[in-house]
Amino acid sequence: MTLLTTVFAAIICTIIWYKNAPNSKMKVGILCWMYWGASLMWLVDAVFEYTELHAEYFTPAPVDMLNDFYLGLSVVALGLIIWLVILLVKDPKGVVKAALFKKK
Amino acid sequence: MACFIVPVAEAVVTTIIAKAAKSKETEPAALKAAADNGSFGMESKIPFSQKLKWLTNMLWGGSVLLAFEHVWHGEVVPWFPFLTAASSPADASAMLSEMATVGVSMALLVTAVWGVMLLVTNAMEKKALKVQPASN
Repeated sequence: MTLLTTVFAAIICTIIWYKNAPNSKMKVGILCWMYWGASLMWLVDAVFEYTELHAEYFTPAPVDMLNDFYLGLSVVALGLIIWLVILLVKDPKGVVKAALFKKK
Repeated sequence: MACFIVPVAEAVVTTIIAKAAKSKETEPAALKAAADNGSFGMESKIPFSQKLKWLTNMLWGGSVLLAFEHVWHGEVVPWFPFLTAASSPADASAMLSEMATVGVSMALLVTAVWGVMLLVTNAMEKKALKVQPASN
């Protein structure tokens, strides 16, 4: 479920990035790399888990599924927070700079 | 247990290499984009440091989110030795085994995907360079 949540986040971010390309002022690319990287890593995790559990891997207990989904959402939220911090620090549109050094 | 450490180690190495490559690079050769509508206008050949940054971003991003998952499951703690599996020799052995299998596979898969991306972008760049003389 965590893998699935991250993959969906990666797909949505990639669509947003593609829609706005070549303009990359919002730095959505960072989110794409982050979510795709995590998705690939969780894919490996899933493959190793599948080799241990076989078909049982696809029938998780509802509680486990809910917990994994909760984790997936938390991971997506953490990714968004990291992206937001990078965006505000790099400030490609100069909004933060303009707000901080605005003459009264 | 600690599989994310392997991609983190690779990320550190690629970050250093990307920085070194960037400092050695000269201005990229300009070429015209092959886009039919011309909306992208003049394009420049993507420097290797930029391509390496794709791998670095994937490795760092994935590792950070994976590390969070380990914190979630109580496998990484904010006190020494930081990894719960490192507290006993038996668990440490299992952790090292997981790093050697799962961790290395993660790093290899991310690198392989990046390798495929490199091949595709190189082919696209070659195609754009071929189009350029005809359009001049």
